Amino acid sequence: MKEKLIQKSLFLIATSAISILVLITFFIFKEGSPLFLKKGFFSVVFGSDWSPIEGHFGVWPFIVGSIWVTVGALVLGVPLALACSIFLVEFAPKKLRLWVKPAIELLAGIPSVVYGFIGVVILVPLIRVYFGGTGFSVLASSVVLAIMILPTIIGISMDSLSAVPPSYREGSLALGATPWQTVYRVVLPAARSGVLASVILGMGRAIGETMAVIMVAGNAVRIPGALTDSVRTLTSNIALEMGYAIGDHRMALFATGIILFGFIMVLNISANLLTRKK
Amino acid sequence: MSKLEVKNLNMHYGDFHVLQSVNMPIAQHEITAMIGPSGCGKSTLLRCFNRMNDLIESAKIQGEILLDEKNILVKETNLIKLRKKVGMVFQRPNPFPLSIYENVSYGPKIHGEGKKRVLLEIVQKALEDVLLWDELKDRLKDSALSLSLEQQQRLTIARLLAVQPEVLLMDEPCSALDPISTQRVEELMFQLKEKYTIVIVTHNMQQAARVSDRTGYMLLGRLVEFDETQKIFTNPKHKETEDYVTGRFG
Repeated sequence: MKEKLIQKSLFLIATSAISILVLITFFIFKEGSPLFLKKGFFSVVFGSDWSPIEGHFGVWPFIVGSIWVTVGALVLGVPLALACSIFLVEFAPKKLRLWVKPAIELLAGIPSVVYGFIGVVILVPLIRVYFGGTGFSVLASSVVLAIMILPTIIGISMDSLSAVPPSYREGSLALGATPWQTVYRVVLPAARSGVLASVILGMGRAIGETMAVIMVAGNAVRIPGALTDSVRTLTSNIALEMGYAIGDHRMALFATGIILFGFIMVLNISANLLTRKK
Repeated sequence: MSKLEVKNLNMHYGDFHVLQSVNMPIAQHEITAMIGPSGCGKSTLLRCFNRMNDLIESAKIQGEILLDEKNILVKETNLIKLRKKVGMVFQRPNPFPLSIYENVSYGPKIHGEGKKRVLLEIVQKALEDVLLWDELKDRLKDSALSLSLEQQQRLTIARLLAVQPEVLLMDEPCSALDPISTQRVEELMFQLKEKYTIVIVTHNMQQAARVSDRTGYMLLGRLVEFDETQKIFTNPKHKETEDYVTGRFG
């Protein structure tokens, strides 16, 4: 009797947690999708004029903005993160690894507003002095995001490198390969799916990040033409305008959310597929 | 002349004395078998011959191992050249998760061979030597992990032959294989010994009796007895050896 009660209530709690998520998704689509019907899907997604007061809701500049800062973050962050995880797993003494890995995971716990703040105080002035412009730019956002995705990529790729059987390394070394040849030609290919998944999850984190990007991106509504140009991302657009959006404008912000949702879904599904394909 | 000569070899893992004053010669173009109960140090000894024990931080080695009369335990030894000369086959087949072709061409590639035509020749030769060429010549692009265990073990031997070693170290190469595959790998070893010097560690006394020319019996880190295989199995000098080979112990 008591057992049944516990089971039932656990079931209830589990389903309510899931249904909340389902409802939120449903709500976003319900609020946002009418805009696509009203204005036409293509004119929203590929329209580059965003002037809510005149009723123009083209989100293309934000899509491009999100892609720019994300690609920038990956270009800067991925080599660093991979080099770091390869070093820690394959070459560093065990003691160092035991200290550094938790420290890196701790980095993931720092609130994003702190990263943004450091960006505003240090990075933005540096870019202003050395590269010109206001400093609030694609470059600043990419650098901040690159640092923020390090823990994600390092953590997961370290796990997948460590999961490569030692017998592969032994086999390679026993053939007279150097440690680096072993890593490059055997260990990395063996860990490829996990490493790729880590990069994709990092990409998801970069696209979804809002606060830190708002603080250093400048947020101008236009397609950036240079790394030092101001940029607004999909997430920033929602956060910046939600306070005063009503009617179609509000609908357009939810539509922005749907597009973002699509991006993240695609990334997470591909990460899942990659890790499962072992 | 011996291909390898172990002289007064001592080894410690931390405080544990794993190899105690081991002395033995290993003759060229012969199969030398090491037998003994688990934990007796026979695999450890084998891994001294290509310095794989270097990977273990707490390992300390004293003594000499002469390969062609040169001590390989000195610091200046070029490990890459040593391991190219002294190759190893492991207990569990460990093909890389790459294609069959990439597995066999791996060694020559890392040692600087870049020409596709030469690589293909080497791959064919090595696979022929382990009698896999006819079975696999049409599926060189397939993953090596799709092969049967026996084929995988043959493949790892082919991968080794492709770097043209002089000594083959085999660490229980048949323990993951069924009896028929074991027999076929043993036949392969007979063929290989004409060109190579082979040292095999085995749990399986019948295997040692069948394939080897000389056998060493190890117990608790000591080399109790080393002699021609026939003598070890029919007329051992030491009581301990006799107990082991007759199955009273171990």
